[in-house]
Amino acid sequence: MAPDRWIRNPRTGPDAGMDAAGPGTSGVPTAEQMVHGLRQTAHGEGLVELLTPEGELTPDPDYPLEVTPDLLKGLYRDMVLVRRFDREGNALQRQGQLGIWVPLLGQEAAQVGAGRAMRPQDMAFPSYREHGVAWCRGVDPTELLGIFRGTDHSSWNPKEKGFHDYTIVIGNQALNATGYAMGQRFDGKVGSSGPDALQTDEATIVFFGDGATSQGDVHEGMVYAASFDAPVVFYCQNNQWAISEPVETQSRVPLHKRAAGYGFPGIRVDGNDVLACLAVTRWALDTCRSGNGPVMIEAFTYRMDAHTTSDDPTRYRLADETEAWKMFDPIERVRVLLTRSGWADDAFFASVQADADELAARFRAFTMAMETPPPTRMFSHVFSAPNQQLERQQADYLEYLAGFEDGAGGGAVGGPAGGIADGAAHGDDAVRAGAHAVSAAGSAR
Amino acid sequence: MTASGVPSAADVELKPITMAKALNMGLRAAMDADPKVLVMGEDVGTLGGVFRITDGLKKDFGAHRVLDTPLAESGIVGTGVGLALRGYRPVCEMQFDGFTFPAFDQIISQVAKVQFRSQGAWQMPMVIRIPFGGGIGAVEHHSESPESLFCHIAGLRVMSCSTAADAYWMIQEAIECPDPVIFFEPKRRYWEKGVVDTSSRPDTVVSSIVRRAGTDCTVVSYGPSMPVLMKAAAAAEAEGRSLEIIDLRTLSPLDLDPVLASVRKTGHLVVVSEAPREASITSEVAARVTEEAFYSLAAPVLRIAGFDTPYPPTRLEEEYLPDIDKILTAVDRSLAY
Repeated sequence: MAPDRWIRNPRTGPDAGMDAAGPGTSGVPTAEQMVHGLRQTAHGEGLVELLTPEGELTPDPDYPLEVTPDLLKGLYRDMVLVRRFDREGNALQRQGQLGIWVPLLGQEAAQVGAGRAMRPQDMAFPSYREHGVAWCRGVDPTELLGIFRGTDHSSWNPKEKGFHDYTIVIGNQALNATGYAMGQRFDGKVGSSGPDALQTDEATIVFFGDGATSQGDVHEGMVYAASFDAPVVFYCQNNQWAISEPVETQSRVPLHKRAAGYGFPGIRVDGNDVLACLAVTRWALDTCRSGNGPVMIEAFTYRMDAHTTSDDPTRYRLADETEAWKMFDPIERVRVLLTRSGWADDAFFASVQADADELAARFRAFTMAMETPPPTRMFSHVFSAPNQQLERQQADYLEYLAGFEDGAGGGAVGGPAGGIADGAAHGDDAVRAGAHAVSAAGSAR
Repeated sequence: MTASGVPSAADVELKPITMAKALNMGLRAAMDADPKVLVMGEDVGTLGGVFRITDGLKKDFGAHRVLDTPLAESGIVGTGVGLALRGYRPVCEMQFDGFTFPAFDQIISQVAKVQFRSQGAWQMPMVIRIPFGGGIGAVEHHSESPESLFCHIAGLRVMSCSTAADAYWMIQEAIECPDPVIFFEPKRRYWEKGVVDTSSRPDTVVSSIVRRAGTDCTVVSYGPSMPVLMKAAAAAEAEGRSLEIIDLRTLSPLDLDPVLASVRKTGHLVVVSEAPREASITSEVAARVTEEAFYSLAAPVLRIAGFDTPYPPTRLEEEYLPDIDKILTAVDRSLAY
């Protein structure tokens, strides 16, 4: 049941769908019935939505947003390209080129909406799934690959991009972001009354998931942010699953309601509605930069893929659930509106698809060309300056490596070439060579 | 006079001051020198800290530079990380050694690794002050010596002061350091006095130093045990034995050269600490000296340390802590080899 049926048959309201099928019938539910049912069960109360799954604009006076063709086309392009390289990341992992990939499928709107709401002077603290926010901050997708290929822990310049390194320990970044936001306030970058305030005043946004809301660091972050009036937006992407644990394991109350306990606003937004995510996050960031933060946003979305490529969601959730959430696809509703309104034509969609394919090809080629860093990299930036202890360890290790006949190890004795990019003798499969092999032969005589 | 209008030690006579006062003056000097230095922690502002190390700082530098934080240690360190990323130099106080562990995650996962992870794009100029060690008759969790836990973590610098003068300079050196420093203050020695000449700054106080020259046996420690070692050396002298006493001062990375030089001279080494013995700084010193000066040793490296037990109730802490007799007995054993 493709959502594009609404292109031909504009929504006449969920109840109309119910009526058409008739309550109590045993037939397969219509798309309208499914959406209606999902809204009742999944969305709950207080959801901000500016663009319905059927592609209808539903403006909200609290979160005004001028929806222009250019804005919508830009957001559409962002989401299609982000989804495309995300899918490529999954494929590259399956082909053994990446150690792991963390898919964001389904969360494109939640991330692109928030990312595009940021102003250049703002700062983002991501978890490890924020490829879409990275994209909006000008981090090239190839800069994400080092983490997943295992060549480094972070590649982009976090200061330059206003996008901190990925944080893997769940929730740590909530405190780091709060501290950064406290610094923005101490620097006098919050709440100035000048005409350029929106261009000069700053705010911070921190990304975390529904699982992280159980972490002490997220709780403490909210306590500190309230205590110090920190200009920080707590942006929780509630994708319903923390690996195998449903959100009900984390909380008895809707997550956005927790904000009230800390004394600041909590807003629930349709996380699959890029316009709502954009408008609400822009409001929240501007509220923070004007000195009225913090703010919490719960972007109500769904993790359409596994937690990571190492995960198997079939062990803990039904395919039916994932299928149902396809009705809320964040990209399709934008495509429906663009098409129905005549704001975009086939040529536009084709050009976006071409850009996406080109990005994926570049992403793939970059992965294949990535080289293993030299062992000296391990010893770099442990401290700001060299110290005797590490210099000796490095020198000893390089001397050890030099003791092998080819200067690197395993290659000299025809050791396993596959799997280890630089051919050095490492790990369980290492084969003693060079000087060691010679001395062993000598003792055998 | 300093920028804050508070007399510096240079203005007064060189009379002995307590280590607590020296630390307070060192913090003042660092805050005067760099407006980005912030002090943050529980009760550090209005109260001046439970040990009064930050006494008067809030009054003189303002609440925006001396932050009374909510009671959450991970929050103190975790927001300190963000402030450091923003360009500040947070000096975080953990109220007691045993209350550090809620912050352990942030210290290990973020403080120690931000620079390495970002390949130098970020630095982490943060100091985490921890009053540590026993001997003050306190309840559980107030007398622990967790320093080796931090030495094991790459990316952290760990240091401990043992005199008022070192405390004054070391806290400033720690704050100026672009790397994170875990700064262990021997709380039992806070009220012991020493002369602090604030007018002439040493090149560094973050290196091992020979506190007393000797020829028969090398005895090494740091922080709270140093006065015990000095008394042991005096007692040994009365018995005709000459001990060389070394204060490590920097616990990670270790500055072992003075220890190795001493062992090459004496051939005997006793390492002392009140932390539990297993996988400790005494273990590390013993292992490294054995690796690097094996043929200079006339006896095994011996250790006097806390027992591998939780810190005992106060009526037993004298049994637990290193003392003069334990040290001299170890010296006897070493020399008898």
